[in-house]
Amino acid sequence: MGYEKGLKRDDARMKKYKLSSNIIPVCIYFLLIIPLLPLNNIYAQENDDCLMCHGDNTLTGKKDGQAFSVFVDSKKLASSVHGDVQCIDCHADLAGSDFPHKTNVAPAQCVPCHDDEQTLYSEGIHGKAKVRGDPLAPICQNCHGSHDIIPVKNPQSAVSPIKIPFVCGSCHKEGTKVQVQRHIPKDHIFENYSESMHGVGLLQKGLSVTATCASCHSPHKILPPSDPQSTIARKNIAKTCTQCHQEIETVHRKIIKGKLWEQTPHVLPVCIDCHPPHKIKKVLYEESVANQDCLNCHGRTDLKSRDGRSMFVNVVRLQSSVHTKITCSQCHNTVNPAIVRPCTGITAKVDCSICHADQGDQYRESIHGQLLAKNDLNAPTCEECHGSHYVLNNKNPQSPIFHTNIPTLCAKCHRKGEPAAVRYVGQEKDIIENYTESIHGKGLLKSGLTVTATCTDCHTAHHELPHSDPNSSVNRNNIAKTCGGCHYGIEKQLENSVHSPNITKTNQKLPVCYDCHSAHKISRTDNSGFRLEIMNICGNCHKKYADTYFTTYHGQVSRLGYAKTAKCWDCHGAHDILPVENASSHLSFQNRVQTCKKCHEGATRQFAGYFTHATHHEPVKYPLMFWTFWGMTGLLVGTFFIAGIHTLLWLPRSLKWRSELKQKIKESENDDE
Amino acid sequence: MEEEKEVAVDAVKPIKGSFYVSKKERKEYLRFKSLNRVLHFLMIICFFTLAFTGLTLKFSYTGWAVILSHLMGGFETAGYIHRFAAVIMVGVFISHIIDLFKMRKKEYGSWKELLLGPDSMLLNKKDFHDLIDSVKWFIGMGERPDYGRWTYWEKFDYFAVFWGIFVIGSTGLTLWFPQFFTQFLPGWVINVATIIHSDEALLATGFIFTVHFFNTHLRPEKFPMDIVIFSGRVPIEEYKIDRPGEYKKLKESEKLEEQLVDPYPDFVIKGIKIFGWIALSLGFSIIVWIIYAMIFAYK
Repeated sequence: MGYEKGLKRDDARMKKYKLSSNIIPVCIYFLLIIPLLPLNNIYAQENDDCLMCHGDNTLTGKKDGQAFSVFVDSKKLASSVHGDVQCIDCHADLAGSDFPHKTNVAPAQCVPCHDDEQTLYSEGIHGKAKVRGDPLAPICQNCHGSHDIIPVKNPQSAVSPIKIPFVCGSCHKEGTKVQVQRHIPKDHIFENYSESMHGVGLLQKGLSVTATCASCHSPHKILPPSDPQSTIARKNIAKTCTQCHQEIETVHRKIIKGKLWEQTPHVLPVCIDCHPPHKIKKVLYEESVANQDCLNCHGRTDLKSRDGRSMFVNVVRLQSSVHTKITCSQCHNTVNPAIVRPCTGITAKVDCSICHADQGDQYRESIHGQLLAKNDLNAPTCEECHGSHYVLNNKNPQSPIFHTNIPTLCAKCHRKGEPAAVRYVGQEKDIIENYTESIHGKGLLKSGLTVTATCTDCHTAHHELPHSDPNSSVNRNNIAKTCGGCHYGIEKQLENSVHSPNITKTNQKLPVCYDCHSAHKISRTDNSGFRLEIMNICGNCHKKYADTYFTTYHGQVSRLGYAKTAKCWDCHGAHDILPVENASSHLSFQNRVQTCKKCHEGATRQFAGYFTHATHHEPVKYPLMFWTFWGMTGLLVGTFFIAGIHTLLWLPRSLKWRSELKQKIKESENDDE
Repeated sequence: MEEEKEVAVDAVKPIKGSFYVSKKERKEYLRFKSLNRVLHFLMIICFFTLAFTGLTLKFSYTGWAVILSHLMGGFETAGYIHRFAAVIMVGVFISHIIDLFKMRKKEYGSWKELLLGPDSMLLNKKDFHDLIDSVKWFIGMGERPDYGRWTYWEKFDYFAVFWGIFVIGSTGLTLWFPQFFTQFLPGWVINVATIIHSDEALLATGFIFTVHFFNTHLRPEKFPMDIVIFSGRVPIEEYKIDRPGEYKKLKESEKLEEQLVDPYPDFVIKGIKIFGWIALSLGFSIIVWIIYAMIFAYK
């Protein structure tokens, strides 16, 4: 009963009692009285007398019309702490009564022997409830048992430390009448306790000195925390805890949580403010070493580690970081305040996921985290991107993770020639350069538009994965959603277009955002480079249509390098492409003229009958063009054939004629002379 | 070129530009009146302009086309230039028709005289005979025919312009104003007009820069060029041999003297030749381009 000793020692409000001072007079009493009993009480009932009937395990009594067993196991009784006690000592109301005794027997009395406990009990919430006649109020027997009470030190005892949580839990756990019908301010008491440091110690580690319910609430005089006498009242709780945690003040160097100062500056925090009752766990709730302790050394600018790295921490900059209210030891949590130089306990790098658990989980799944897990030297850790002591909020333009600074940050590894770019084997080349020249890069870096997509908007901040990974934000199947994060309207249009897997069921790859727009070279769509490139992009899948497009005026001009004439999407739409049969399509019968009118103001129904993808190679589909072409070709070939023969025949004769002429001229000159 | 000639062959006076011409100064026969020379000159300018601006589009798949298109200030500018040249070309054509009306009134008196007379551009029986005789002469089965004022191949070239103006002009107009024409014609007319316009242009350029160039400039007795269409003048000796039929007729009718003029001074001839060389070079360049585009780069 270690906790009782503890309680006795420190709890002034608890009635002081000394085991010896109570038990000794009782023993004397019995020593004196017992030899006299046969004389004084000739008809006194011996236990055997009672057990004559109550030793029968079929014997039942009746209370409120319900039968219940009144069997008493003589063996258990004999081995219990009360083995030497007479039945009528407890069942005093039956003393001297004739057999058969009355049926409405009062509960066994623990007083006068346990009168101190009885007093405590009656002052506690349980005792008061009993007095009120609360049927749920527990009495001694509910916790201690009746005829089979064994010493507390015996692990079999109903109130041995390891059984206490179950004893109390029989009423104070979810779903019990007490928990449901009475006002109990805490919930999941039993569950929380089981998972708490104390509960684990007791129930999983079998540590019998661990705090149980009774350690804090006291065994008999249980009072609500609102009662000033309660062991768990605010002003008493420290004493209650220090029963066990005697030296806590020595090791708890600074026990004040910054938040509490703000909320209740006039109130000194107590144990449970930081260590919630029933949920106490082995985590570092509070700094155990004051920053000042660290800065004694680390405030010196010349402090260097053995390998020459500066160990100086600029306290001024530290104060302007996001972690102003976080102390050194919360991150460097392996400091050991028990040793002279607490920092010698620091052996591992700071694990940010202690607080930033979600980000930590994402990071571990990311390619960066995977590489780190493989001890890859190139793998970036939190520090690489966020910095260490002077972490700034991402809204701060000075922060490396401020929106416009992210490309520079990622470029540290992903620029051409840097480690990440060197190991990368994918299709994307000159990622940083291309991004910088892209519409996103220009928007972000030249126009300073902080809502423009930066690296992390597509690749996520902590969950970067290669596009081949199905969980990647830039995977084919996820990219529309990623882009749709900003371009929501476009995503919706695409969802209903022929290029959506919802609409077109095919085994072939349907285009996703970056198939047309590229990943890092995204340009404005009215940029002539993009306008000219799009036919090739569409042509990757729609080859025949791209080819035939180039046989028409639109295509010919495009091929000369001019963006102005109609490109694929000018007629078909960009993200909202629908089959021509669909009335909503830009090229449906209903909309076609309107589509032509976008460029050709005076377009008519007949004008729209122009074959935009016509070729003279298809006699069935375009017979007029086919025959016109071959008619013209015939004319050409015929003309050149006839003229060619004429010329070829003429050429040798003409050569001869040239020399004949020379002769003639000579003759005529001679004639003249 | 001229200087070279001067050094190498000092026997031949360079200004005459043809070996027909002897050392002696002579009067020259005026074969083309100035209007026709101006019209032909304008036609050359327009034709080249139309050819370059048009063929860039037709052969847009060749690298040359892309370069040319940019040199010409882009497809829109090229388009304006093309249509401007087309208008001038039609203007040239109309000017000639007007001139025909004037000639009918002043020189011939009636259409019958103009169209069916000996100087007519229309093909007649003699042309048919000349063609047969020419082929015979080519293969060594006869003498050179006594070609008249206009040979059959010249007449063919002349009417090719009529045909070309009609075919290319009408389809070109359709392509220029598609919205207007599709108010009463179906849309496929534009597709068909494109093919006709483009292929007829190919025929025209191909024919002019090969057959016409050979017939007038490159055939050995005229090589490297015949500048008569620019100067209008032809040495009387040359004319006598080249067009014996016409020469005889002129001599007989004693009209020859009326048509004799002084030759142009050296610098004019030089200028004409420079222009001629440029035109020939451009023409051949286009032929090379066409062959390259049609045979080697065709997609």
